[in-house]
Amino acid sequence: METNQFAAAEELPKAKSRVKEFIKKFMKRRTAVVAFVFIVFMIVMALAAPYIVPYDASQADYSNILSGPGKAHIWGTDEYGRDIFSRLMVGSRTSLFSALTATIIGTIGGVLLGLVAGFFGGLLDSLIMRFCDVMFAFPDILLAIAVVAIIGPGMINVMIAVAVFTVPSFARITRSATLAVKQELYIEVARSLGCRNGRLLFVHVLPGTIPSMIVNFTMRIGTAILAASSLSFLGFGANVTEPDWGAMLSQGRNYLNTAPHIVLFPGILILLTVLAFNLLGDGLRDTLDPKMN
Amino acid sequence: MSEALVKVKDIVKTFPVNKGLFAKKKFVHAVNDVSFEIMPGETFSLVGESGCGKSTTGRLIDHLLTPDSGEIWFEGKEISRISQDEMRPLRSDIQMIFQDPYGSLNPRMKIQDLIGEPLLIHTKISSGERLKKVHELLEVVGLSPAHGERYPHEFSGGQRQRIGIARALTVNPKLIIADEPVSALDVSIQAQVLNLLQKLQKDYNLTYLFISHDLSVVEMISDRIAVMYLGTIVETAPKKELYRNPRHPYTRALLSAVPIPDPERKKERIILKGDLPSTTNPPEGCLFHTRCPHSTDKCRGERPKAQKVGEDHIVKCHYPQLTR
Amino acid sequence: MAETLLEVKNLRTEFKRDKSWVTAVNNVSFTINRGEVLGLVGESGCGKSVTSLSVMRLLDPRNSRISEGQVQINGKDLLRQNKKAMCKIRGHEIAMIFQEPMNSLNPCMRIERQLTEAVLLHSKVSKEEASRRAYDVLKAVGIPEPKMTLKSYPHQLSGGMCQRVMIAMAMSCEPELLIADEPTTALDVTIQAQILELMESIREQKNTGILMITHDLGVVAEMCHRVVVMYAGRIVEEKPVKELFECPQHPYTQGLIESVPKLGSNMTSLPSIPGSVPDLAVMPKGCKFAPRCRYAMDICREQEPELEATDHTGTRRCRCHLLHTGRQEVNQHE
Repeated sequence: METNQFAAAEELPKAKSRVKEFIKKFMKRRTAVVAFVFIVFMIVMALAAPYIVPYDASQADYSNILSGPGKAHIWGTDEYGRDIFSRLMVGSRTSLFSALTATIIGTIGGVLLGLVAGFFGGLLDSLIMRFCDVMFAFPDILLAIAVVAIIGPGMINVMIAVAVFTVPSFARITRSATLAVKQELYIEVARSLGCRNGRLLFVHVLPGTIPSMIVNFTMRIGTAILAASSLSFLGFGANVTEPDWGAMLSQGRNYLNTAPHIVLFPGILILLTVLAFNLLGDGLRDTLDPKMN
Repeated sequence: MSEALVKVKDIVKTFPVNKGLFAKKKFVHAVNDVSFEIMPGETFSLVGESGCGKSTTGRLIDHLLTPDSGEIWFEGKEISRISQDEMRPLRSDIQMIFQDPYGSLNPRMKIQDLIGEPLLIHTKISSGERLKKVHELLEVVGLSPAHGERYPHEFSGGQRQRIGIARALTVNPKLIIADEPVSALDVSIQAQVLNLLQKLQKDYNLTYLFISHDLSVVEMISDRIAVMYLGTIVETAPKKELYRNPRHPYTRALLSAVPIPDPERKKERIILKGDLPSTTNPPEGCLFHTRCPHSTDKCRGERPKAQKVGEDHIVKCHYPQLTR
Repeated sequence: MAETLLEVKNLRTEFKRDKSWVTAVNNVSFTINRGEVLGLVGESGCGKSVTSLSVMRLLDPRNSRISEGQVQINGKDLLRQNKKAMCKIRGHEIAMIFQEPMNSLNPCMRIERQLTEAVLLHSKVSKEEASRRAYDVLKAVGIPEPKMTLKSYPHQLSGGMCQRVMIAMAMSCEPELLIADEPTTALDVTIQAQILELMESIREQKNTGILMITHDLGVVAEMCHRVVVMYAGRIVEEKPVKELFECPQHPYTQGLIESVPKLGSNMTSLPSIPGSVPDLAVMPKGCKFAPRCRYAMDICREQEPELEATDHTGTRRCRCHLLHTGRQEVNQHE
């Protein structure tokens, strides 16, 4: 009697694009959207800076040193007469990209460790987690300084140091997410189909852990910017002549009383950028939460 | 006389219960000495209530778990203790359908990738050919090839279960283990899926191990049935014989407890006293004696052995009930 | 000599979805008499649970609203009561038991505290008296060792025991109406038999009215006196239980009864209803069941049929255009 029993009403409602839904939900969060716009602006600046800033970042102008914000130099000049605004914008290249690279490297390392620890458990898990515990015991900056002290100063080494202290937090988060995803029925199903561990890990488990990672990623970029700037401030990072936010802060110390704008603008920019990344992270976390609307 | 496709002999499976560093080690006795055979082409059902071990038995046969002792034979090969690598080629012969239509599909994969996955793992055919097979199977289960591009959350429970069935068919299995395939579905959808399963059995020459707690469903779809209680099989019989002539007191109580959608059929209920005993501390002697209306001292002391009471009809009871 | 206990008139409940309101319960009316069991039957998404939650006013006001209707019990309209009054009514005049007994009890409180809480909320008795009543009511629901159970936490009890505790809690203040929302769906069949027997004996002893919400037609046949069938938020049929099974008039009811495997019937295949339940937000024009109905006519797709009485007692209703075409077509199925 049943033959074509499925024929009736088999139309699915029109596919709702997951990306569109995500964007719609994200747009409801005003602070996160503003933060996102700011970050996009900074990235554009970082890419285009040398071509669009009003002054050459290394151009000294000894007739105009330490002048405050004004019509010619909107954010003033430093002790060599170099335009601070131009320097900061060109410097954003180093700061942003080094932070981004370092975070990406640290993420990859941390995620791999976390996946392996969570999936295989046992001795491997214990070893990896104890290693991370040791790393966690050090405050981020101290760890970074220790690394740089060992491998020497320079921008690349600063990135390595930042990557190193990013690893443990990702390892831990990914491990928790892996443990949760491992319990899901579809993992047992994949096993019953004959999936090998490799495919299980990367095709089935890893995508399930990504939502937990995204938020941490944006937040860690903020931390990385701060850390890179701090290391440069301490003199471990960029060459003194290179425009670098932390280095500019450091040099400006000497003129705190006479020309505070040299410290003020780099400081504000670091603050805003890190804040923007944190707010973006908050907004992403809320958007990805299926229970919030 | 054909060889059994699956032969299970005296399997035992226990799980340790974590109770902390200093507590005495406790074990859940999930499967207690289970034996049966499944003939090619038949539907063999394991029926019982929660905690009886039927799902665990299914997973043991699918090699998702290894038994503590006992043997599992598939097509004449002993598989209970082989490695995962040795099992892999056999997995295209044994496929499983799961109870939860929402959890058994990876929410991040498209339907066509989900259904095509067994082909990716077990065969070397090109992705174009895989897609063709996927579309073929989608139509077999009553969905359309266009649905392949969608994600699981866009489908209803019944449709998802059909996707799971399509996935199980991709590599032409010999045995399908269906673990409560319709329990999570609405009544009218249950009928659709059950009809589909029966049709597929004919078309693809499948053997089913059907696991369920629903006696009405099991009566409809099975050839032979085994009733499980607290990890052991208390009675095995061909369908008609079991429903007409249940010999074990538990089977009788179970059958009488099922509410029938017909107000005219008033029946005497055998209400069992008490609750299911704990699986970490199963009773001595006959596992059912604590709730059995006819238990004697013998039942409390001695575990009954399987005895034959009719054509293909086996019961584990010291006093199998007299025929009606 | 039926005495009306609960009367629901033209109930309409809506939920907020994205920016618009979706109707989950549409113009539902029924009555329950004292000592009677009314079955509310339907599949998931038909609105039966929402109906009961609307009666008890347990829905979240932030994303739902009861836009129309009256719910009369003991001369009061429940939909017009304020919060304080509703709290007095809940547990005392109407009590509810839910589907998942393990989840319905507070896992952090011992059973004794949860039981006495119900008693103390509704009567001015001392703590000792409340404890005594808790012990009595546990005994009445057939718990073998009430003292031990009182001292236990929910996770230490089985599903069947938890549901008995729930029933005890519900009955502890002697309600006149008991709403049971799928009370045995999560329980094993042998335990279900025990619970249903318990509910029947309570009904007999205390003359409690029961609203039994379920999708299990077997339970309906066992327990209910009258049955209301819901589909897509509407009532499509109402009949005394024997007649519902013997001569169902609505095609959905017919399909539902036919698609359920029946023990001892020797059936090897099941007729099934094609398609699936429509999404609340995207309902078809006309009769909501028409896309799946084997008897659908043109008028069914254009105009939604009214729920009409099929006799003068008001206890038999059906929502179908086939009523007007003569009975022969309705009963024409193999």
